[in-house]
Amino acid sequence: MSDALYRELILEEYKHPKNKGSVENPTSTCTKNNTLCGDKLTITLTVSDGVVTDVKFDGIGCAISLASASLFTEHIKGKAVAEIEQMDEKVILDLLGIELNPMRMKCAVLVLRAVAGALEVK
Amino acid sequence: MNVTDDFPLLKNKPLIYLDNAATTQKPAAVINAVRKFYEEECATIHRGLYPLSINATRLYEHARERIAEFIRVPSQHIVFTSGTTDSINLVAQAVPLKKGDEILLTPHEHHANIVPWQEAAKRAGAKVVWCTLKDDLTLDLQDLKKRINKRTKVLAITQVSNVLGIVNPLKEIVAYAKDEGAFVLVDGAQAVPHMQVNVNQLGCDAYVFSGHKMYGPTGIGVLYLKDLSLEPARTGGDMINDVTAEGAEFAKNEPRRFEAGTPNMAGVFGLAACVDYLEKVGMGAIHAQEEKLLRRAWDALGSLPRVQLLGPSPDKERRAGILAFTVKGVAPHDVAEILARDGVCIRAGKHCAHPLHYQLGLAEGTNRASFALYNTDEDVDALVAGVEKVTEVFK
Repeated sequence: MSDALYRELILEEYKHPKNKGSVENPTSTCTKNNTLCGDKLTITLTVSDGVVTDVKFDGIGCAISLASASLFTEHIKGKAVAEIEQMDEKVILDLLGIELNPMRMKCAVLVLRAVAGALEVK
Repeated sequence: MNVTDDFPLLKNKPLIYLDNAATTQKPAAVINAVRKFYEEECATIHRGLYPLSINATRLYEHARERIAEFIRVPSQHIVFTSGTTDSINLVAQAVPLKKGDEILLTPHEHHANIVPWQEAAKRAGAKVVWCTLKDDLTLDLQDLKKRINKRTKVLAITQVSNVLGIVNPLKEIVAYAKDEGAFVLVDGAQAVPHMQVNVNQLGCDAYVFSGHKMYGPTGIGVLYLKDLSLEPARTGGDMINDVTAEGAEFAKNEPRRFEAGTPNMAGVFGLAACVDYLEKVGMGAIHAQEEKLLRRAWDALGSLPRVQLLGPSPDKERRAGILAFTVKGVAPHDVAEILARDGVCIRAGKHCAHPLHYQLGLAEGTNRASFALYNTDEDVDALVAGVEKVTEVFK
């Protein structure tokens, strides 16, 4: 049985996430949560010469937030900080390939907020 | 029981609404009463000398009597508020507290019966004390009694847990706390919609509930208050006997002492119509219907391998029609989302009861289905089919 929202890609990323865990000796880290739904993500990343050379996430959450974390961390690895700082929720939606209601949007963009937080304190 | 036709939203929109602990749908009788007020009866109460105002005043006081009868208390102790939260805030600001006093709460409380007390404690230098739960998540009565002492100035306790549906044995608890001299507030928000309540028999000092959770309008609530000499938390028009340039003399021994400002008349009239409707259907019949639905859901969901039901079985403990559960390996929001896409409305999250969820190690939250008089066996079956689908999507 399938469901349009929980399509293969999202379930696959949820069950076998990329970049799960934490980077050793990160240059910065940030934790963000959605208190109301219980999603919580910690981003650890390494910036070298203005480029994110490594990034991982850890935490708990729903399929949307964790799939989004897996896809987004993979997407930004190797990219310039200046470029990542320009990214908004549209990037997340393109990566997920689905439409979301405002409630679930909060789940999807949690990783974006956590990465932004980590880059701010770099 | 087939009352779907009484509820315009359910009649016009095919959906399976199982989030009744959050809010209920409204019968035509309530909607019509609200419309009638605005179309035919709109005037301020207690002031005008013209017939429209005199009539509005009469209807308002009649509504107070109807609601008092419904919960078995004298009508001069019924105060209209904007809801349960408002009622509790009013009490928490009125009960005198001083440094070293204790306020006893239970893990079954909704944030509405936690935060106003935490704030009151902060203002007075008092302390919030929590009682504990037994393994089956019912209140540990021995522990609760042990925590009541001469410093306990307030016991704030819910009649029915909004997450677990457990019905607390209040008569025994209230009597014990009253013997020790505590002020006892009972949160009836999840009790009044589900069962016949007799506040007089409970013997509490304050009893609070909301209109919108019992098929009534939003923005109207009730506070039963035994001691009408408490200080009013809100002041202004309508609650005074006289005002001079030097100060005001408040109304005494009347509910309007606590009803500053023009009240929510449409809400009050709608709530009175709601009580008429509920009595016509019968609170006993409503309770029996919800109990039947709860058992059906309990047995069917409980037989699914990855579903964990919270709290004691309805065979062991008294429960209202509220059922919280988790699905192993699936976050509550994913469960609720998949159900929503098939028209089944349930709640996911921590249901304004964060302390309970943290205590149970469920920071991700739970799923909650809650039943009302218009729900049917088919609604329960759709819930179960939806949860089965969840376990297949998340294999």
